[in-house]
Amino acid sequence: MSYAPSPAALDRMDRTIARYPERPAALLPVLHIIQEEAGFVSGEAARWVAARLGLEAVRVREVLSFYTMFRTAPAGRHTLRVCRNLSCHLAGAEDLLSFIRQKLGIGPDETTPDGAFTLVTAECLGHCDHAPCLQIDGVDHGPVGREAAAALIEELQAHGR
Amino acid sequence: MVDNGSPLLPSDDRSWRLEAYLARGGYEAARKAVTTMTAEAVVCEVRDAVLRGRGGAGFPAGVKWGFVPRGAAGPKYLCVNADEGEPGTFKDRLILCCAPHQLLEGMLIAAYGVGIGSAYIYVRGEYALIADRLRAAVDEARSAGYLGPRVFGSDFGLEVTVHPGAGAYICGEETALLESLEGRRGQPRVKPPFPATVGLFRSPTVINNVETLATVPQILARGADWFRDRGLSQDGGTRLFGVSGAVRYPGVFELPIGTSLRTIIEISAGGPPEGRSIKAVVPGGLSAPVLRPEELDVAMDFDSLAKAGSMLGSAGIIVVSDETPILDVLLVTARFYAHESCGKCTPCRIGTSWILKVVERLKRSGGGPDDLDLIVRLADGIRGKTLCPLGDGAALPIRALVSKFRGELEQAVAR
Repeated sequence: MSYAPSPAALDRMDRTIARYPERPAALLPVLHIIQEEAGFVSGEAARWVAARLGLEAVRVREVLSFYTMFRTAPAGRHTLRVCRNLSCHLAGAEDLLSFIRQKLGIGPDETTPDGAFTLVTAECLGHCDHAPCLQIDGVDHGPVGREAAAALIEELQAHGR
Repeated sequence: MVDNGSPLLPSDDRSWRLEAYLARGGYEAARKAVTTMTAEAVVCEVRDAVLRGRGGAGFPAGVKWGFVPRGAAGPKYLCVNADEGEPGTFKDRLILCCAPHQLLEGMLIAAYGVGIGSAYIYVRGEYALIADRLRAAVDEARSAGYLGPRVFGSDFGLEVTVHPGAGAYICGEETALLESLEGRRGQPRVKPPFPATVGLFRSPTVINNVETLATVPQILARGADWFRDRGLSQDGGTRLFGVSGAVRYPGVFELPIGTSLRTIIEISAGGPPEGRSIKAVVPGGLSAPVLRPEELDVAMDFDSLAKAGSMLGSAGIIVVSDETPILDVLLVTARFYAHESCGKCTPCRIGTSWILKVVERLKRSGGGPDDLDLIVRLADGIRGKTLCPLGDGAALPIRALVSKFRGELEQAVAR
């Protein structure tokens, strides 16, 4: 199956590429645009980007495998990102993580069978003063204990999103 | 702290907008610099202020700007390091959220002083929503004529692009940041050449931290002498100290450089919670070697912390209480560096993952003093043997945890 971005995404990509004197510099932002729209960067999409930016395909693959935020396989509709660095650890991040594991029945880097949630762990998210921090689809919440985590997850489940 | 789980970037907050910034005198320092001062005089003023880099290395910003060759043909670039990732550090986030225009004004002044027309703000991928706000601030400033061509009716202009990272601690290292900005894996470059001569797109480049640049407008507004008087003669101004961990009031506190660590923890952050005492303090982000409770009367400036065998770094203070086992702190620390080593230099790539294996084994099944010696040997095998500071940044705090809390660790592992 070949890859084609939506016209809106393509327009964003072209405007992004124009911000740089050299096209390959737009690689990270363009991959973000693809992932925002498709949920992940497929092999086809990676080859498409390579051609678009004038790069060898391997140059795109090595970037995809280096940065933790890019996905090369489909993920859940919602991403739960649990910070487990020191400040969050001191505030109970491990307990938060095990609570979410139990509640959703998945471990880090896994997706619930209904395709709703993907759980990942993160290093410091820069919310050390509101630890422990739980980032849901890019929005930071904190401090999040068991009750707050349950409420946030159940709200998303209730809306069937 | 209440367990309220509320979102931390309120959308109804308007204090970050251009209108609010102008109401508190925003962009007047840049106007003064661009319309009444020569570029050389601007760099001189910042050099005299002894503004030391707030990202962690503490290099004087004015001196760094002075390294860029004047009058050379071809483009020059300004890169803003907004890849805030040093664990325990959350002060750049505050600036980006609450005062993005203050950063943009500092960028204008830096670009004018060095003769730069194009700037990139490298924002860590996890700060995606903040990057959106930053883009909105750039658009506001551009529409109002504070960015773009012919700023303040002069011949000077500046274009600013917000560039997203994608999750890699190493990209906070300046040459890794450049690699990442050019669309590659974020792996540090060999220095020299230094970015001031060969940087982004092989052109002369200035790279400064968010807080460093956001501090520049006050220097131009009030002068270098005023700024130095606010801090120390060899380390001017105030800093944003972030305090987290076992304290009553975690948060960011703006205090004069040289304030004692104990004062920041006990007075500003309210000390440890009821019934708890301090066991250990990380004074400047996770890479800063840990201090014991009796070492807290140290002045928080670059030179004093270095003398105390640690570093001021990003000024992110993490307080560990008596209820936390040091072995846990060691595990979190070892896991972080093993995960974030970029893989380029063998001592760091292999060393950090071996240290993690040993610490995990200790945590799992105990061990003995020999294992602690092994960790120290592995750390010494990394130290001073890597291209970038991540190697030392991993080796030194791990070494400090083992040597300063040897007694507790020996007890913990002898099961």
